Formats: sequence, C-alpha cells, structure tokens
Amino acid sequence: MLRFILSRFLQTALVVFCLVSFTHVTIRMIPGNPFADEKAMQPHLRERVAEAFGLNESFGNQFVSWWSNVLTKGDFGLSTSLFGRSVNEILTSAFPVSLTLGLGAMFIALVIGIPSGVIASLRHNGWIDYGSMILAMVGICIPAFVLGPLFQLWIARNVSWLSSAGWERPTDILLPALTLGLAVAAYVARLTRGGMLEVLSQDYIRTARAKGVPGHTIILRHALRPALLPVVTYLGPAFAAVITGSFVVETIFQIPGLGQHFVTAVTSKDYFLLPGLVLFYGCLMGIANLIVDIVLTILNPRLREA
Amino acid sequence: MRVLPVILLSLFSALLLSCDRRSSIAIATEDNILVIGNSNEPKGLDPHLVSGVLESNLIRALFEGLCVDNPSKDGVADKGVAKDWKHSEDYRVWTFYLNEKAKWSDGEPVTAHDFVFSYQRMLNPKLPSKYADMLYFIKGAEEYNKEKNPDPDSIGAKAIDDRTLELTLRGPIPFLPEITKHYTWYPVPRHIILKFSEGDPATPFTGWTKPGNIVSNGPFQLKDWKIKHYIEVERNPHYWDAGNVQLDGIRFLPISNSYTETRMFLDEQLHITYILPPEMIPYAKEHVPAMLRQEDYIGTRYLRINTRRQYLDNVKVRHALACAIDRAQICKSVRGGNEKPASGVVPPFAGYTVPPGASFDPERGRQLLAEAGYPNGEGLPEFKFLTTDRDVSRRMAEAYMAMWREHLNINVRIQQREWTTYLQDQYDGAYDLAGAGWIGDFLYPTTFLDMWTKDNGNNNTGWHSEDYEAKLKESENSIVPEEKLQLLQDAEKIFLADMPIIPVFWYTTNYLIRPEVEGWHPLQLNNHPYKNVSLKRN
Repeated sequence: MLRFILSRFLQTALVVFCLVSFTHVTIRMIPGNPFADEKAMQPHLRERVAEAFGLNESFGNQFVSWWSNVLTKGDFGLSTSLFGRSVNEILTSAFPVSLTLGLGAMFIALVIGIPSGVIASLRHNGWIDYGSMILAMVGICIPAFVLGPLFQLWIARNVSWLSSAGWERPTDILLPALTLGLAVAAYVARLTRGGMLEVLSQDYIRTARAKGVPGHTIILRHALRPALLPVVTYLGPAFAAVITGSFVVETIFQIPGLGQHFVTAVTSKDYFLLPGLVLFYGCLMGIANLIVDIVLTILNPRLREA
Repeated sequence: MRVLPVILLSLFSALLLSCDRRSSIAIATEDNILVIGNSNEPKGLDPHLVSGVLESNLIRALFEGLCVDNPSKDGVADKGVAKDWKHSEDYRVWTFYLNEKAKWSDGEPVTAHDFVFSYQRMLNPKLPSKYADMLYFIKGAEEYNKEKNPDPDSIGAKAIDDRTLELTLRGPIPFLPEITKHYTWYPVPRHIILKFSEGDPATPFTGWTKPGNIVSNGPFQLKDWKIKHYIEVERNPHYWDAGNVQLDGIRFLPISNSYTETRMFLDEQLHITYILPPEMIPYAKEHVPAMLRQEDYIGTRYLRINTRRQYLDNVKVRHALACAIDRAQICKSVRGGNEKPASGVVPPFAGYTVPPGASFDPERGRQLLAEAGYPNGEGLPEFKFLTTDRDVSRRMAEAYMAMWREHLNINVRIQQREWTTYLQDQYDGAYDLAGAGWIGDFLYPTTFLDMWTKDNGNNNTGWHSEDYEAKLKESENSIVPEEKLQLLQDAEKIFLADMPIIPVFWYTTNYLIRPEVEGWHPLQLNNHPYKNVSLKRN
C-alpha cells in the first residue's frame, strides 16, 4: 500500500511540475501586458515595474528562483495585478471560502444524487426512473449562469432570509451550493443508477434474496457498496473542481473564492498568481485522486492485489 | 441512522434562527453604514501607484487633499486640509495655509512637509507612478520625473513652515484648487511609508496600505479589507472635521458582474450601485423610477483612428468616416442611458463652449470620400475595428460597422480583444480603428486636450500638430481665464479639423440609489464627498 501511495505521489508531482511550468511559459506568450490599463505608462517607468517584480531578469532565472522560493520557503511570489499582495495571501483568503462552498455543494450533490439514483434503479423503467433521469439530464444541461440568476430571482427575492448574492450571512451558502451541487447531483444520480442496475442483476444479490435477506439490507449493505464505485471515481475530480469553484457561480453570487481569481489571473496576465493557482489546483487534484484510489481499494478488495 | 435527520434538522433550524429577518440594507442603515458597489477589487490603495476610478472612490474616503469637492456644486473647491489659500497675481505662486487640526488617523499632525514628501515621492523617477504627470503643473516636476534633473528639492513645492505650503507652478493656473481635489495631490503619511520601505520612499508595493498598517488623513480610516469580498472604512476619530462626518462607515463591495449588482440592489443589499447596465435601464424606469439616476459625466466616447495607416492618413477619409456615424441613433438604440451625441472631444461644462465639429451628414461623407479618390468606397480596403470583449462594445461596433457600410460602402471587420490586449494593441499602434473612452480628472478642458500631444502615451493615433501644441502652450501661459478657455477652444478646432478621433457621445452615469441616502447630488466628476453623505433612519 505504501509503495502504491509513493508511486502515485511521484507521478502526481511530475504532472504538477509540468503543468505549472507550462503555465509559466504560456502566460508570458499570450498577448497583452500585465501592467496595461486606461492610462499609459511612461517608458522610463516600465523598467521600474519590471525591476520591482524581478521581471528584468531572464525568464530562466525567474523560473528557477520562483520554483526555489516555492520549494524552500513556500513563497509563491507577489501578485502583479493586486499591488502589494502576495499570492500566498490571496490563496489563504480565498481557499477557506471555496472549501466551504465546495463541501456544501458536494453535500447537496450526494444527498440528492445517491438516493434518487437508488430509487430510480429500484423502479427501473418506471415513471419514477424516467422522471428522475430526465430531471438529472436537465440538471446536467442547464448551465450555472442560467440556474444561478433564476434562483436569485425566484427564491432569494421572495425569501427574506436568503440574499441574492454575497457572503455575509450563514444562509448565503445555500443558493450557490445548490447551483454548483445540482449538476454534480445529476451525474451522481445517473452513475448510481447505472451501478445499481448492474449490481442488482448479479448472482450474489439473487442468492441473498433467495435466502430471505430483507430488501433494504440487500440494497444498503450488499448492493450499494459496489454500485458506488463509479461514483467514487467521479467524486475525486468533481470535488477538486467544485472546491476551486466555478467562476460563473462565484461571480453571480459574489463569492470571494478561488474561481474568480483563476479567471481574473488569466485576463489580467498575473505572472505569479496564475502559476500559483495552477500549482495549488494541481496538488488538490492529485490529493483528491489519491484519496479516491485509496477509498476504491477499501471498497473493492480485489483492487488491492492489482 | 435515525439520529442524523434530527441533527440535520436542528442544525438547519439553528441556522434559520440565527438569521436576522431584516434586509441587509435595513441593518446597514440602522448601523449608519453606507453599502456601495465598487465594480472590482482595487489594484491597491497607494495613491501614487493606482490610476483607476474604483481606486479613486476608496482613496477619497480615506485621504484628503488641500481642497475637497463641494457636495452639490461642480467646479467649487471647498476647504480640505488647507483652511485658506492665496495666489500671486499671475497665478504662478500659490500659498496654502494648513488647518492646525488636520491629523493622520494615528494622531500625528498633517504638515506641509507631508505634502512636499508626497509630491517628491510621486515624482520620484524610481517609483512606477503612472499618474505622475498630474503633478507636472508644478515647476520642475516634469524634469525631475523624467530624470532630467536629479534633485527632488528643485521642484516648486516648498514647506515654508509646518503649516504653510508654497507651490510654484510652471505657468499661470487659476484653477489649481480644482486640481488639488484629485487624489494624486493628496498627502501620504511620510512616517508610515518610510517605516515600511526601510527608508527608501520610492520602493513600490511595500504593504503600507494593508489593514493594520495604513494611516490616512481623510474622514474615514480603513477598518477591514478582504480580497474580492469587501473593503470597510470607519470614522477617523482624528479627522479635523469629524463632527460633520455623518456616516459611521462605508462598505465597498467589489461586484464585477453588473447584473449581480442590480439584483443585489433590488434585493435590498446595496444603497448605491456602481453602474446600471444599459439593458436594465428600461426595467429600472418601469419598476424603480425613483431610484434611477442618469447624470452627466465628464467623459467622452470616441473612435480612435490610426493615422499612420494608409488610407486613414487622408484627412478626408477620416472626416467621411465621422460623417457616417449617426450619434443620436447610437445614444438612443445602443446605449439608452441618456448619453448626449458628441461633436467634440471636450464635453460641455460651465465656461467652455464646444466648437462645432463632428456631425451626422452621410451626404457630405460620400462627397468627401469621392474627393479623396474613393467614390462610393471603391478602392478602400476592409478596415479592422478593435474593441473590448464586453457585450456593449460589440453592439456599438456592430452599429458603426452597419453605418459605414450603409452610408459609405466601407467594410469593417470587428476584432474583439480582452482588456489588456486591447490596450496593448493601441499602445503598439496595432489597429486601424478602435473604440475608446476618456474620463476627465478635473473640470477643465486640458484634461481632454493634453493627451493629444506628440509624445503623450495616451495619444496612440500617430497624429500631432505643432499649431495645436502652440495653442495649448499659449493658453497655459495666459493669465486671463476667459482667454485661456478661448485658446483651448481654438486648439480643439485644430484638432477636430484633422479628426484623428471621431467623437461619438458624452457619457452619463446610470446607477441606482436608495431613497434613504441623502447628500448624494449630481456631480459631473461623480466624486461625491462621503463626509456629507448621510442615511435617513426611522
């Protein structure tokens, strides 16, 4: 097990290194200038800005010193779009928000997704099955930028304890988490249903039924566990994606999370914030996938020998 | 398993009970806190490093200059840190007497030395300060900033004593008090900046403006700053006029999505929005007419022409393009925000008459095009029209494209670029035609006319004229205010005769404001002095 974890860790580290290096190169290649705004900068001042951010050195030097600062001091550098702010500061202020929202969204996704998938599979080809799967399809198809404003207009405007947007009151998490979680819930429902249908037709379930094991015990103890394997595989990346947030959901609901920074770092050509975010996201993705692998081996003992 | 639903239900109930049923705005009004949309996260709060409107909104709450905006009258300079001022007969030497009660938020006095330090820092060629040219009115400032003179003491800003500041200008400037209202002229705390920069004031991005570090001299001081979340300011107890500050605090929200901002306002989460998107104006007119404000704003929307390009270097072609733009139609159908069709680059304001310039006249446009050797647009290539990736930019670009095709048979292809690329392409001269806008810094025509000189970084048209620059210079050296304005009008005539840009419309501000906000009057610069704003409470 330890060897397995170590080898996955090294693979992940390599992938993340390549990813971040690629980001470093591409952010410099795209047209535009991180310091361009409505007012032109006088030529003699351009050098001063470059000096302040160490951009006057060769790209190779900047690249090496960035990595060495990251690895030795955990220092991701200064943001070039938010003056005087370090990338670390931005990450630490935005991550807890995204984590909270992400956990809320995942909770909603699982609470809605798994039961509806199970019920649909038990009423296979019945109207509940068709109904819930059509609903799931709709959930997958409606983009957040439609769903979010609809929730704001239909729900928030009419319910006094829900705000249209913002991150002030404890209830402010509900609508964005629902918007973000519904699409995941829809996938989870479809995957659960598929898994359940496959498992329910297996011989050992039939045997259990023949031996007179009660229906809910069969479903909860014998069928659900293997049926959830595809769901668990999907949850890793989904969790990382939900945590880094959705730019759309975060801007619609005015949430100070990572997703907003991700997009504005690209549009404002932030030379250090973007690689920092990609490194962070890459690590998160790697960890989520590693956890999924471990959970899978626990759920399915046959994988341990593989 | 049965315990779980009970726990969840009780958690949810606790969540609901913990919430106040009043709207956010009712709570904020009760607490005497103004909640206001501010469009985006500021790049920073160092008055010497930023250059945007949203940063200006924050800096004006925190800092104060020699003079301040009058809450309801344009072009009037009220007393700020300066309690009085006088000028020499030729308007070249100004003496400001500082209020002895003026203090920084840590209780230290604001002195004339702080102002001198501030101007020397902003002009320091080592500090990447984009707005340094705002101080070029001071004698010797440009030379020091452009490294032609290394001595910071050579600039015309002297502290006669702690309370007396003497400014010597490069020419007669009768409107200097108006200019000192701009944040580039505000003092910055010398003792704090030196502490965080280890003695070198020109070190940028030191973090002196972070919460806990920053010290300011305005009606408010920084209370909290959460990135992309909010910035909150509270009363500055050491402010010289603290007794007249009405609000207990202001909360600035960086809401980048203007539709979200509108929904938040309608859901009673904001007192004032930053903007109202054009598409929402009809809705606001129908449902909340009393909360909609549409006010003149000192800004011009225009089309920049790259006069270095073949065909566009022909003044007749440029005039023909200008004649084909139906400005009234753009204002009515594309913008819908009460904008006024623009004939010139300087918007109309008290004392300045805009000379006749661009107007919609397709017949004359076709005639000019024929005179230039391109009858019915024949022989002209397809021009590229550079604009930003915003929806409203595309809609305007499509309108221009249709007008040029219909009236002149000229084809144009729209190139949408995201913000920094769009700007860089103009700085690099990599465009044919570009949609652009300019917002004035103060109420005087030079804020729109100075940028079209030869080496100005904001010109980017490739056009310049010695006659034009001579008129500007002549105006600057004149001491008679009426004559100064007349000469500026002459300069604008020269400019419009060459048409390096096509004026389209003069901006208005469109925003929503709640009825409990008082003391927020229409102002052309849209710089509302926060100390006079109050909230009506029940």
